[in-house]
Amino acid sequence: MSTVLAQTFQGPEVAWFSLSPLLVLVTGGTLLLVVAALTPSWPRGLYALVSAVTAGTAGAMSMVLWDDVTDEGPRTLVGGSLALDHFALFSTIAICVAVLLASLTTDDHLRREGGQGPEVYGLYLLAAAGGVVMVAATDLIVVFLGLETLSIAMYVLAASHRTRLDSKEAGLKYFVLGGFSSAFFLYGVAMIYGSTGSTRLAEITDVLASEVTVTGGSDAMLLAGIALLLVGLGFKVSAVPFHVWTPDVYQGAPSPVTGFMAAAGKVAAFAALLRILMTSLGSRFDDWRPVIWALAVATLVVGSILAAVQTDLKRMLAYSSISHAGFILVGVEAAGHLTGDDPGRGISSALLYTMLYGVLASGSFAVVGLVSRRGETLTDVGSLRGLSRERPALAVAFTILLLAQAGVPLTSGFIAKFGVIQAAVGERSYAVAIVAMLAAVVAAFVYLRIMIAMWITEPEPGDADREPVRVPLATGVALVAAVAFTLVVGIMPSWLIDASREVVGLATG
Amino acid sequence: MLAAGSSVLGFPILTSLIIVPVVGAVLVLALNGRRPDAVRFTALIASVITGGLSVWLLTSFDTADDGFQFVSKHTWIDSWGISWHLGVDGISLFLVVLTGVLFPLVIAGVDPHHDAKPYLAWLLFLQAGVMGSFMSLDLFLFFVFFEIVLVPMYFLIGGWGYDDRVRAATKFFLYTMAGSAFMLVGTIATVLLARNDLGKVTFDLVELAEGSNFAASTGRWLFFAFAVAFAVKVPVFPLHTWLPDAHTQAPTAGSVILAGVLLKLGTYGLLRFGLYLFPEAAVWSRPLFLTLGVIGILYGAIVATMQKDLKRLVAYSSVAHLGFIVLGTFAITSQAIGGGVLQMINHGVSTGALFLLVGMIYERRHTRQISELRGLQHVAPIFAGVFTLVMLSSIGVPGLNGFVGEFLILIGAFASARWWAVVAAVGVILAALYLLWAYQRVFHGEPDDANRSFPELKLREAMVLAPFAVAIVFCGIYPKPMLDRIQPSVDRLVTHVEARTDFIEPEPLVVVPANPETHHETEDGGHEG
Repeated sequence: MSTVLAQTFQGPEVAWFSLSPLLVLVTGGTLLLVVAALTPSWPRGLYALVSAVTAGTAGAMSMVLWDDVTDEGPRTLVGGSLALDHFALFSTIAICVAVLLASLTTDDHLRREGGQGPEVYGLYLLAAAGGVVMVAATDLIVVFLGLETLSIAMYVLAASHRTRLDSKEAGLKYFVLGGFSSAFFLYGVAMIYGSTGSTRLAEITDVLASEVTVTGGSDAMLLAGIALLLVGLGFKVSAVPFHVWTPDVYQGAPSPVTGFMAAAGKVAAFAALLRILMTSLGSRFDDWRPVIWALAVATLVVGSILAAVQTDLKRMLAYSSISHAGFILVGVEAAGHLTGDDPGRGISSALLYTMLYGVLASGSFAVVGLVSRRGETLTDVGSLRGLSRERPALAVAFTILLLAQAGVPLTSGFIAKFGVIQAAVGERSYAVAIVAMLAAVVAAFVYLRIMIAMWITEPEPGDADREPVRVPLATGVALVAAVAFTLVVGIMPSWLIDASREVVGLATG
Repeated sequence: MLAAGSSVLGFPILTSLIIVPVVGAVLVLALNGRRPDAVRFTALIASVITGGLSVWLLTSFDTADDGFQFVSKHTWIDSWGISWHLGVDGISLFLVVLTGVLFPLVIAGVDPHHDAKPYLAWLLFLQAGVMGSFMSLDLFLFFVFFEIVLVPMYFLIGGWGYDDRVRAATKFFLYTMAGSAFMLVGTIATVLLARNDLGKVTFDLVELAEGSNFAASTGRWLFFAFAVAFAVKVPVFPLHTWLPDAHTQAPTAGSVILAGVLLKLGTYGLLRFGLYLFPEAAVWSRPLFLTLGVIGILYGAIVATMQKDLKRLVAYSSVAHLGFIVLGTFAITSQAIGGGVLQMINHGVSTGALFLLVGMIYERRHTRQISELRGLQHVAPIFAGVFTLVMLSSIGVPGLNGFVGEFLILIGAFASARWWAVVAAVGVILAALYLLWAYQRVFHGEPDDANRSFPELKLREAMVLAPFAVAIVFCGIYPKPMLDRIQPSVDRLVTHVEARTDFIEPEPLVVVPANPETHHETEDGGHEG
């Protein structure tokens, strides 16, 4: 038996160059973890530099591949388990940007907090590799592989602050709850396999189209599978009611890590969600779209309202990230109108939103990391008091990032919101569009409170005793880049919108 | 016809009106904050150039052309059908000029007391935003400007306002943003639903207004999505509750700008994006808006009478005045709308001046409580004289500008909405009541010790107030040049509404000078002169 298998097994053909972003990330991550562990401590900032360069290279490779896909069309790789299409490349670039920004801010952060070492960067790169697998996976098992690679790296990253107890707590909470959600996801995969006989997205599509299910006409197992799948991915995107981990983990994790989680984690999870729903379960959109609708409304309402009552800066931004997830779900919901006007508008706007939000989140949490001072002790919104006098440039940068999150025009946040609202309205989902915009008003209250603390609140006695806020070079560069991106996209968004329109051509294996 | 205006000047004047203040703001921020005079001078120059450009715009405006002039159109976001599309017609012309002129006066006349640099930069950004709102002929562009205006205003109130400024600023921001939430959805829905009529996705206002043909119920929903945003901004009763707080807590410059031009974004929006874009729905909802307008007139007046704080009194008087403009807008006769547009300018001038005067009183006495002020007429007769003039203009005394607008609104509304006009006329009397009574308490009587040293009007203050006084008297005695420019575009709008609905404008009860024959005569005469 085994000899028969050995003879018939043929490894899939691997187009190595097409996998280059993934390979670069894995190589960089492994290099950092293995080589750096065996060699004496590298000079200052070199770990971060390697990480940033790796992410930059992976991003650049994705851009090279982008033109390749434009010329030769989307296709699948490695025996149909990974897709090479604009959708995957767009998400990959977003993830690489998140790694880049996180690497720049982490260097200064670790220098301040102590614990300089290669591990964090290695984990960033491996998490990113997991994310890149997730966004390209055309097989549910491969999605799971990517998901676990991403998640396990994230668990460790959340707990990576060596002296803060909150960080350990965050890591453990994230790990336990994340483990549950992975189990849900895996069970969902099993059920879908049970009802369709495949984990390949393309084959699932065919089976569902032919309406000959393994279970003989009953949809129960398939529907249960879809539901469990949505629970698992809903956890990763922190959709209400699977969001409870988010504030605690975001609060406990070191700030640059939080930014990375909010950016890369959301991109990967939303991209996987979109690809699974649109390609394999497309024919059952009537079944899952109402669920997405309900998730979107709940996420928007709960996220915004709970954000408004927080006093801790990181928790405010954590709940606001939940509210943003609700906005992205509005785009997913719009994409769910598969027989509608233009479901592609939903896909591209949701993906564009994740990318733009990723930059905003990375930048915002970088600022939080700076103002929380040594040991990340001051995360209360009051830690911002007097920032406009002490560090006016930092205050301006944070204000722009916050206004963008509030969706004020001429910032990337407005383009993001406009895109998803346009998608929703285009499919006549007026109710969810109105809910989203009103939730944005409630969420704006949060950003206003943060801005008030920065610009308006009078200093209190004792403020002078606080450690002064310092803006190290690398973090400064990351912030300038994030703010510049926010404004450029806000004022001249055409190029990015056009690029996001191209992600609609999903590869079908 | 559209391109004629721009070729006259051969220069993108409308775009410059937005760019110049932005450049000014950036320069102000780039300057060293330790040299406040240089900062202030730069800001003043930028705003004066903008004001000068707006006056140049006024003089180059072609009176005979009832369409959009000086049009500037460039593709912005091609894939979404969005363009940088600016233009000015008789309805927006004077609002642009008012915006251009009001800001330099405010910058010259009001001290920020602290942090002059960001204060002036915000004012200039605000000027650019307001300019853009009044000139946008693209729904997306309009929304961008309409929304962006909130940010500088928020920081001006929050940073330089009075005690309760944070709450007032937050309330202002969130109320307006909640209104615009509906407008954004409405904008997108309008564009996507009009695609079938137009054959393409475009945010171009003119194309949408001329080419779209919404089903009645669709148009009404869309209209209301826009109307909510504008009703908050105007503010129309019962969405006005942000206004007294924002006005009272805002610094003087903020109040002047808020009353002078920001509120007009609402009434202007109702004309441009309500009546023009959704004529059927606007006609259908007339009873509602006429009623709310009249309620605003009476409610604003009655509440103003009861105020103990002078600034709050002026704020509530704005609710009443803007009620008149809403009444004029939804009466949908040439006279009433023309009067409404005129009244937008008049209110900007007279209430702007009133807020400046109240600000000067506060600077001197550090109180705005009517009960703490007394007998100012004895110690500061010139100040009292200017206050009297501005107050009489606000009341609408014949011979001053306020009368012309209110009179046109009332006779215009009388023709098409008789009983509303009758009730609204009571508001004129109430205006006299609350303002004269306040004047009496503040300026008459014998000054007590605290008020005896009330300083007289300073030269700088007089120079800032002089343009207001000139405008008040000039428009009161000779409003014809203004009406000649406003009326053609208003007539065109009314014709547009009539052509798309079964609404027929009633015959005017009183023939005003802006009828076609005299209109052409003056135009010829004007060119020769």
